[in-house]
Amino acid sequence: MTASPSPEYLTVVPEVAGVGPVSAWGLLRLRQQLERGLPLTPRPYQALAELTGLSEQEVMAAIRQWQDQGLIKRFGLVVRHRTLGYTANAMVVWDIPDDQVQNLGRTLARAPFVTLCYQRPRRLPDWPYNLFCMIHGVDRQRVLSQLATLIADQGLEQTPHAVLFSTKAYRQRGGCYVSHD
Amino acid sequence: MRLDTTDRQLINLFQRELPVCERPYEAMSRQLGIAEEEVIERLQLLQDSHVLSRVGPVFEHSRAGASLLAAVAAPDEQLDIVAARVNRAPGVNHNYAREHTYNLWFVMTAPDEDTLEERLDELEHQLRLPMLRLPMVEAHHIDLGFDIDWEALP
Repeated sequence: MTASPSPEYLTVVPEVAGVGPVSAWGLLRLRQQLERGLPLTPRPYQALAELTGLSEQEVMAAIRQWQDQGLIKRFGLVVRHRTLGYTANAMVVWDIPDDQVQNLGRTLARAPFVTLCYQRPRRLPDWPYNLFCMIHGVDRQRVLSQLATLIADQGLEQTPHAVLFSTKAYRQRGGCYVSHD
Repeated sequence: MRLDTTDRQLINLFQRELPVCERPYEAMSRQLGIAEEEVIERLQLLQDSHVLSRVGPVFEHSRAGASLLAAVAAPDEQLDIVAARVNRAPGVNHNYAREHTYNLWFVMTAPDEDTLEERLDELEHQLRLPMLRLPMVEAHHIDLGFDIDWEALP
């Protein structure tokens, strides 16, 4: 199924550096195809070209441009850590004073075992936490000892927090922004 | 799942950057010292065995469309049923049970904010459970392409 493109896709002919103007519909179809992953054939960009109505050169130029622009932030092998054995994955959430949350977020993000770190709004009274970090680990004890290190290093002993280990993955896959499920 | 040395190298080398050229798998094979065909076969096997979810891009959430982390507190005995309903909603790409009163956590995506809100409203209505909606305020670090600690794996 094809997502209905926003009206700008009907009128705007995007400029892709190196190849000139490229069909907006082609680019939308390319994004849909890329969300499913690169075909595993010797010339995957040619295969994507055939699926989208673009040329192989246009496909490669568009991908490079999206990488440069930051729309694609990583273009590589997307690993399912759980299958490999990373089964102790903890989401650690903290209640940090608003005027400190940004600084502390930056600090926690630098810890080598913190794989994600971001701010989200509180939802009082149920949810007082405004800073999230994720620790992907192989076993629970190791994750808890990493967390203890983090707390000691940053002096977070008095900071309210909760540790939410995941117990089951019902779904884990890439985002489908423009394609339907 | 245990992987052999070549598979590990393949993952170590190409989690972050795939070649963008006419024959990318051939370029990868030269770095690994194996045949192009073998790279493709290995990737296919890793994909089939769910070690890789795909070979390709990770889009920047904030620029690729709308997305939001949500959670509900499901009665424990209904957790699987609620999770299945969440999975049937459009745009759900992550869905995990976690140890907390809010025991089901999922990420919903959509082409734009309005569609996202509609999808969440519809799902909340279906589930009849209050939904915690936690949009991203600021990302300090999002990198799931971290180096795998092969020695620590079971």
